[in-house]
Amino acid sequence: MTKKSPITVFVAIGIGAALFFVLGRFVAIPSPVPNTNISLQYGLLAFMAALFGPLAGALIAFIGHALIDFSYGWGVWWSWVIASAVAGLIMGVLTKKISLEKSFGKKQIITFNVSQVIAHLVAWVVVAPVLDILIYAEPANKVFVQGLVGGLANIVTTAIVGTLLAVAYNAAKPKAGSLRKEN
Amino acid sequence: MNGIFNYIDRKSPIHELTGATKLIVLILWSLAAMTTFDTRFLACLPVVALVLFFISGIRFSDVKFLLWFTFVFMVLNNVLIFIFSPEHGVSIYGTRTVLLEGVGRWTVTAEQLFYHLNVVLKYLATIPLVILFVSTTDPSEFASSLNRIGISYKAAYSVSLALRYIPDIQREFGEIMVSQQARGLEMASRKQSLVKRLTNASAMLFPLIISSMDRIEVIANAMELRGFGKNRKRTWYSSRPFRAADFAACGFSVLLMAVSLALNFVNGGRYFNPFI
Repeated sequence: MTKKSPITVFVAIGIGAALFFVLGRFVAIPSPVPNTNISLQYGLLAFMAALFGPLAGALIAFIGHALIDFSYGWGVWWSWVIASAVAGLIMGVLTKKISLEKSFGKKQIITFNVSQVIAHLVAWVVVAPVLDILIYAEPANKVFVQGLVGGLANIVTTAIVGTLLAVAYNAAKPKAGSLRKEN
Repeated sequence: MNGIFNYIDRKSPIHELTGATKLIVLILWSLAAMTTFDTRFLACLPVVALVLFFISGIRFSDVKFLLWFTFVFMVLNNVLIFIFSPEHGVSIYGTRTVLLEGVGRWTVTAEQLFYHLNVVLKYLATIPLVILFVSTTDPSEFASSLNRIGISYKAAYSVSLALRYIPDIQREFGEIMVSQQARGLEMASRKQSLVKRLTNASAMLFPLIISSMDRIEVIANAMELRGFGKNRKRTWYSSRPFRAADFAACGFSVLLMAVSLALNFVNGGRYFNPFI
């Protein structure tokens, strides 16, 4: 990320959370598995975390996910909300060296994707199941299978949507030295 | 906004509590219900929640849809637990009382049924309160409540911004989607491969991202010009002073939390075990 003013970061958290909410709540892309939808919002999350840093990543996911749960009204599933926040945090930490405004080539694409894979694995295969076991005392094999399936789906979504967003955003930004003097 | 969050504006003692109080009660209540697996305690909470519902003047028909959704989710989760781990109750409670010889490893034991009862009670103990919170708290009061319970006002303001911009972004995304569809891009169709669907979705998202980046810059500049973030504290238009009822509600939820913690010691663990 490139250094941003703290106010910009907090505004980005607000708008990012709103985007996360809209994508998670109203945009349904059917997946091959019946009755499950693909969570586009994690592609957005990886992009925002790379752009605005770990604090933004964690809070966008936390606020956005909690608002989605609140709006459904079925109770806030804290273990998964916290796991989302952890995913955003790790994505932000691991992509600190990348600047989406400057160069985003092959090397950065690999860093971006390696960090999102690590973030999703930690969040859905470690944090969410462990919290489910601690809070709800659910059977371990059930929550780990659930976490693994959800995590893999999120990794695929983020790899495609997140990477495409980052590449497109980078291409749309004017680069330093992109102006040429006409003869 | 009200459409999304199901806020129902009525006159009732619960509506008159400040948002901060309701948030404190919600958090402590959820924590109390999370920490213990004492069946007696968990069975009391839904009864109290029902009384609160009655006081709040929220009718069953107002939240019927939410309850139905919750019910389906609860049944599904219980079925999954049973399929994956039919002996989970046995490992928790330490005894094995077979009620019904099932197929293969899926034997029905009293312990397993009792564990399922606890899972169901956990839902019944926490979900009505979330529904109550959502239906009686004005979203615009929510951000100031967060600040009141000690969260930095900048983070609280982020929540406020999110709530403010959700309808705008929703409308904008709708417009983008329609115009991209008019150009032949589709993302919800089952005819296309998954990768194609996701690629199309990214093409729809991109205009939204660009306009959101502009939005962030405009809002951040406007707030900076007005001196946002200069002082350590700020005041809120929608915050109200605490009254006696607020203190009573907070006191009650602290009591709940204390009982829940105490039960962990009394039962010598998180579970109440009727089998020994």
